[in-house]
Amino acid sequence: NRFPLDRQHHGGLYKRPFVESFEETPMLVAVLTYMGYGILTIFGYLRDFLRQWKIERCHIAREKEEQRDFVPLYQDFENFYTRNLYMRIRDNWNRPICSVPGAKMDLMERASHDYNWTFEYTGRVVHDVINLGSYNYLGFAENTGPCAESAAEVTVKYGVGVASSRQEIGNLDRHEEMEKLVAKFLGVESAMAFGMGFATNSMNIPALTGKGCLILSDELNHASLVLGARLSGSIIRVFKHNNMQSLEKLLREAIVHGQPRTHRPWKKILIVVEGIYSMEGSIVRLPEVIALKKHYRAYLYLDEAHSIGALGPRGRGVVDYFGLDPCDVDVMMGTFTKSFGAAGGYIAGKRLIEYLRSHSHSAVYATSMSPPVVEQIITSMKCIMGEDGTTIGCERVRRLAENTVYFRKRLREMGFIIYGNKDSPVVPMMLYMPAKIGAFGREMLKRNIGVVVVGFPATPIIESRARFCISASHSRELLDKVLGAICEVGDVLQLKYSRHRIQPSLVRPFDDSVYEDIDD
Amino acid sequence: MVQAFYEAPAYHLILEGILILWIIRLLFSKTYKLHETYKLTEKEKEDLIEEWQPDPLVPPISKDHPSLNYDVVTGPPSHKIIINGKECINFASFNFLGLLDNERVKQKALASLKKYGVGTCGPRGFYGTFDVHLELESRLAKFMKTEEAIIYSYGFATIASAIPAYSKRGDIIFVDEAACFSIQKGLQASRSFIKYFKHNDMEDLERLLKEQELEDQKNPRKARVTRKFIVVEGLYINTADVCPLPELVKLKYKYKVRIFLEESMSFGVLGEHGRGVTEHFGVNIDDIDLISANMENAVASIGGFCCGRSFVIDHQRLSGQGYCFSASLPPMLAAAAIEALNIMEEDPGTKCCSVHSNLTPGLRLVGVPFAPALHLQLDRSSGSRDSDMQLLRNIVDYCMQRQVALTLARYLEKEERFLPPPRYVNVGGNHASWVGCSQRFQSDPWDELAKCKNSTVKAVELIVVAVPHTDQYDLQSNNNSRRTDKKE
Repeated sequence: NRFPLDRQHHGGLYKRPFVESFEETPMLVAVLTYMGYGILTIFGYLRDFLRQWKIERCHIAREKEEQRDFVPLYQDFENFYTRNLYMRIRDNWNRPICSVPGAKMDLMERASHDYNWTFEYTGRVVHDVINLGSYNYLGFAENTGPCAESAAEVTVKYGVGVASSRQEIGNLDRHEEMEKLVAKFLGVESAMAFGMGFATNSMNIPALTGKGCLILSDELNHASLVLGARLSGSIIRVFKHNNMQSLEKLLREAIVHGQPRTHRPWKKILIVVEGIYSMEGSIVRLPEVIALKKHYRAYLYLDEAHSIGALGPRGRGVVDYFGLDPCDVDVMMGTFTKSFGAAGGYIAGKRLIEYLRSHSHSAVYATSMSPPVVEQIITSMKCIMGEDGTTIGCERVRRLAENTVYFRKRLREMGFIIYGNKDSPVVPMMLYMPAKIGAFGREMLKRNIGVVVVGFPATPIIESRARFCISASHSRELLDKVLGAICEVGDVLQLKYSRHRIQPSLVRPFDDSVYEDIDD
Repeated sequence: MVQAFYEAPAYHLILEGILILWIIRLLFSKTYKLHETYKLTEKEKEDLIEEWQPDPLVPPISKDHPSLNYDVVTGPPSHKIIINGKECINFASFNFLGLLDNERVKQKALASLKKYGVGTCGPRGFYGTFDVHLELESRLAKFMKTEEAIIYSYGFATIASAIPAYSKRGDIIFVDEAACFSIQKGLQASRSFIKYFKHNDMEDLERLLKEQELEDQKNPRKARVTRKFIVVEGLYINTADVCPLPELVKLKYKYKVRIFLEESMSFGVLGEHGRGVTEHFGVNIDDIDLISANMENAVASIGGFCCGRSFVIDHQRLSGQGYCFSASLPPMLAAAAIEALNIMEEDPGTKCCSVHSNLTPGLRLVGVPFAPALHLQLDRSSGSRDSDMQLLRNIVDYCMQRQVALTLARYLEKEERFLPPPRYVNVGGNHASWVGCSQRFQSDPWDELAKCKNSTVKAVELIVVAVPHTDQYDLQSNNNSRRTDKKE
């Protein structure tokens, strides 16, 4: 009678192999990384000391003269990391572009003469930099084609702003049409759209749960989910990342013991997970989560910010990828920024949307979405669904899946440590050492490829990584070029940490990859 | 050692022997667990799991809930607006300068669309920064005469992300009672101590500041690290009046607190050039630590911005949640905002000078004479909020049939800390833009305003029947009945 906790039984829930890997950090690399951070910290203290005693010129902005004796706005130690570590490699982030963020983009050239404290624009433009950083999964970030044309028509007809909230006088007919289309796309009863993906989470989770409810959230959930959970006032408990045993243990404990101290039964339990976790590249174990949710009568909130449009044979997200019924997920949330080339977020579900229409913070207080953005969503969604009469949508979904599998396989073969599921278009490649973060970003830019590198605090301190986002607009030649460059840089910087070597074989079927451990 | 054993006095040996025997007994006895009785068997746990029934995810909501039926607008939301199939004069959207259907703005947005597409596909840190964003930020900073500005992609999220970036747990924030909902969410997210002072009441604020000063003197060590802020709005959206900024600045320097000013309604409207309430009062803009506004009212675009000195604003680039973790503003909306700023700079005459007269007995006008959006509130209430709302809804419907579009001011009743009384919004300032482009419209703008006034008067005469005389709504009486504490 007891719900089985062991792995074997869960295998029956999956229709295709679920292959995820998070290779352990090699010991030597971990030690060197800690040493690197230690040296940087010592130098940071030294530089702070020099700055305080005015031996070194200080570039940091200072408080106004009249307000010197106010309580300081920032504590010194809060900004230690920013001043001394982030500033050194700051040129890898906030790179301004001046073209469409498609497969190739134009970067504005920046130069710094005082070690990244200030930047100046030389006025030159670096053309045709290969873009591996933008969330352009299906390639809808384009300025030509049917989407752009219909958005242009709507701009001329409706203008750009709305200047009122949904409940007052900002509810256009285009909004209603878009919401019906989103509901049809996902296969649920109804949907509601909001102007910002971050705000969708932070304003609607408080409308769904409140005091006396429990939120079980994954360790690595996005900041918007964490903020929404905190604002709701519910108790939050965190389970280990994608770990179903941890989730089940928490569920059992919660139901058996009730609320803390009073032991009253919980009003509701909400499990909050994401479709694809953008820093790890892992996909949620949705069949198991749904089985658990049904057994324990909890509710499921699925944030498909990265997975909608990018996973699944028809591009309908992680539910489609596992071949499950969308009605099993109570609240489906997603954003339009990534795969649809627009902006905003949506929530969809059954019997849920009427309540949100009247009680969501966004519907009452925030301005509704801009008409051309709405039009872009409608056109791109119709394209993916095939309703515009072409097969462009299907093509792109298929090409994205192929690109993903190919890219990941080749990177593995070269010997890099890649995290995540084999099907996720988000590919994190481990760098570990702080100096390599900056070096990798700059070396790739020299070869005209723009990548995204992430370090602390978005990731644990020793696990800094470079993150590639594969797009359907990347052709096979482009990917080969990129892979060549990565291999070259990997050799120069010694990034090929992986201890497992996959036999590079062209004919071998996918399930049969053979791992061969290398002797140290 | 054996010799010491023989030399020791007898009582000592006996005592030691008893102690050793006691230790041995304690070591081997069963441990006593306090919660022994609370351990559940497996079967009991299974039974509890079987029995537990959760509440439904959302409470059922009746089909004719007043906020469920949205009015559908077909066509562009400009001066003449088509609601539910009927064409009306628009007195309801916050289109203060009339830039929603300005041709230049649309052309610039179109040009930007042809260059960049619609979306930015990334946050500001990861190739989501476009040159349009940088240009808009520098233009805003120049317009407001501050050092730096930062742009958010959603108006609501601007102040709600700015406050928690500076104020953390243990800090103290003094807020006006009539602060808008986004400020309340920002306060909730910051986890600081919140102290409310009565709306626009400087004596009350001074009293709170004095109390805080006494507290600080008791514990100077803690006071040295506790930051203090005052959060006010330039033009309050809930009461349509301005904050007394010069007095606030005096209090700031006297008690050493920082001021955050929220100028969503007053940006582009107040002041000689439209720079907001600081220009209106002639206050030096450097005295205000942070000015936050959204670009969705006067500027007729989407998004929001904060401006101030670099020392303050730069911090948000790494710790403003709505900035770092969210995609950036679509470039066409940024281009539209730049063009709107250009228009504002070229022609500072498009300000608001609205009609402020007592419309009729039964309705009360709430707001200062130069406010662009005013509230019309019932003079006498029937005692129940629901019936008041229904009454106002009838008035609004009647006016819509007469081709004048008004709107009920919407609030989330359970979530607002100090719930404003039921009212509807009359954006009287809209006509200022008609004066500028009256050549486009056949009818005279004053004519249209008169039409609006006549319809509302007629509506009130017909619908507002004699109601039993009860106390007028005021903020205090609302507190006791409806405030739900949303503290963590």
